[in-house]
Amino acid sequence: MTNVEARPVLELSGVGKEFGAIRALHDVDMHVLPGEVIGLMGDNGAGKSTLVKIIAGNFRPTHGEIRFAGDAVHFNRPVDARAVGIEVVYQDLALADNLTAAANVFLGRELKRRFGPLALLDHKAMAARALELFGELRSETRPDDLVRQMSGGQRQAVAIARTRLSNARLVMMDEPTAAISVRQVEQVLGLIHRLKEQGVAVMLISHRMPDVFAVCDRVIVMRRGEKRADKPIHETSPEEVTALITGAKEAA
Amino acid sequence: MAMPLESPITFSNVGRIRWWQRGIFASQTGYVLLALAVLLVIMHFASPYFFTEGNMQNVAKNFSFIAIATLGVTFVIITGGIDLSVGSMMCFSAMIASMVMTELSAPGSPLVHMAADGKTVLANVPGLILLMSILAGLGVALVVGLVNGFCIAVLGLSPFVTTLGMLSIVRGLGYVVSNGRGSFPGGPDADYFYALTSGDVLGVPVPFIYLVILALAMAVVLHHTAFGRHVFALGGNEKAAELTGIPVVRVKIEVYVICALAAGLQGIIISGWLGSAPANMATSYELNVIAAAVIGGANLAGGIGGPLGAIVGCVLLEVIRNGLVLAQVSSYWQQTLVGVIIILAVLVDRIRSRMT
Repeated sequence: MTNVEARPVLELSGVGKEFGAIRALHDVDMHVLPGEVIGLMGDNGAGKSTLVKIIAGNFRPTHGEIRFAGDAVHFNRPVDARAVGIEVVYQDLALADNLTAAANVFLGRELKRRFGPLALLDHKAMAARALELFGELRSETRPDDLVRQMSGGQRQAVAIARTRLSNARLVMMDEPTAAISVRQVEQVLGLIHRLKEQGVAVMLISHRMPDVFAVCDRVIVMRRGEKRADKPIHETSPEEVTALITGAKEAA
Repeated sequence: MAMPLESPITFSNVGRIRWWQRGIFASQTGYVLLALAVLLVIMHFASPYFFTEGNMQNVAKNFSFIAIATLGVTFVIITGGIDLSVGSMMCFSAMIASMVMTELSAPGSPLVHMAADGKTVLANVPGLILLMSILAGLGVALVVGLVNGFCIAVLGLSPFVTTLGMLSIVRGLGYVVSNGRGSFPGGPDADYFYALTSGDVLGVPVPFIYLVILALAMAVVLHHTAFGRHVFALGGNEKAAELTGIPVVRVKIEVYVICALAAGLQGIIISGWLGSAPANMATSYELNVIAAAVIGGANLAGGIGGPLGAIVGCVLLEVIRNGLVLAQVSSYWQQTLVGVIIILAVLVDRIRSRMT
């Protein structure tokens, strides 16, 4: 499935994070290959979110090094991570619900047309591109509808469509299937496959075991701020992963 | 799991929202506009004087006197902020503008050189003193706006507290620079000044013309530029705006600067109409301005608002005021009624959003 010779798109070595006296993350080593889908699992407080936020540039790690496509990177803000090609779909989706779907997809990177000294929004082009993206996601979402009036699945589609605008090389999804219908879960998993086909690495943070086993190549289990397992999906089982998450099994 | 890409998307489960349930038809601005139309019809039958040319000019002029500042404060309200310092700002800008105008025109002022004919050098260029004094008035507004924006966006102070403090600071500065006496536009350019602020063009009061131009500019900025979109995004979900890389701090500072400049310009225009800038000018105008914005549909929680709503709110307030005068109702009722309308307007919108 995965190309073992390929250079990792993301490499973490010895990454740790402390908040005052609390050790949220300790000595995490991991790598992600292009086109690989990694399931990141763990109970609440296991350090998943902290890890994701470090990779996304929300926090700076206290220890360790992050390499992206071979180069050491230091992110001060989420924008820095995005600039190199890391996109995040946040659990609360980070949508402005007073704006339309298209406006949200293009938020912060609006398409403009020049009229002399004025740069005005190119509403047509943005709506057309957004409709294309929603089509790819098989989501019945109209670009000019307000996000406020949308279903959970449509909101998810808007948030995911946003990551497809740039040429992201790593997309991290925080619980993308937590709040949507069964049919839409299929769509989201389908999208993850599509990202993979295009060589985009995906990190799926999820509590839903079936989803992780349906799309992931490899699963990483976190517990108490440490990486406890890092296994190809076909060498493990939902039972083993559950045991690792709860601590019934210490490491694998 | 391969997905066919080429087949076009169909909307089998997602209906299109009807035209009368979206856009202006489903907004508070729409309802208030309707209420205003009804009110105008009632006024027409209630008083024969209402639709006379003189009265219409009067109404247009009066609502223009708060509407420009309302446009400015609407920017701030859309981002979810508030600016309470607009009333003081109007006074201070007007005062600085007229003081600079008088100062630059006065022979013997230490700042200006005398020409051979006994006038100051600046006075020999028509309009130059006027230009400099208006720029001075707007300049102090710019500084106040920057300070407001800096405290709110960079230091993270609450907009309410910051601008409440600024209300007092700016009003106080107005008393300090004028010794509480107020100031008058003077010198050779005073006539230009009056023509530009309280004159009319073909029967249309000039403040109304400025208002229309600024409102159109605001509509373009809000709906057709990236800045406008970011203003709405900030009010809708500030965290999302931050995460998507919108320069939140810069946008916030910019809206407070816009608001202060609008208030400053408004103050300068009012002083032209009054013929002076007294130190207690525009006291508590911030309440009228914010009330007009809210009646017109700007949401204090952020994310909603626009120039049409701002103007509709101002017109409604002025028509009611004018109507009460024509109906010979004691003008003390005015404030009470304005309060009732604020609550009614918001209530109607709440009922509507419950129903859908």
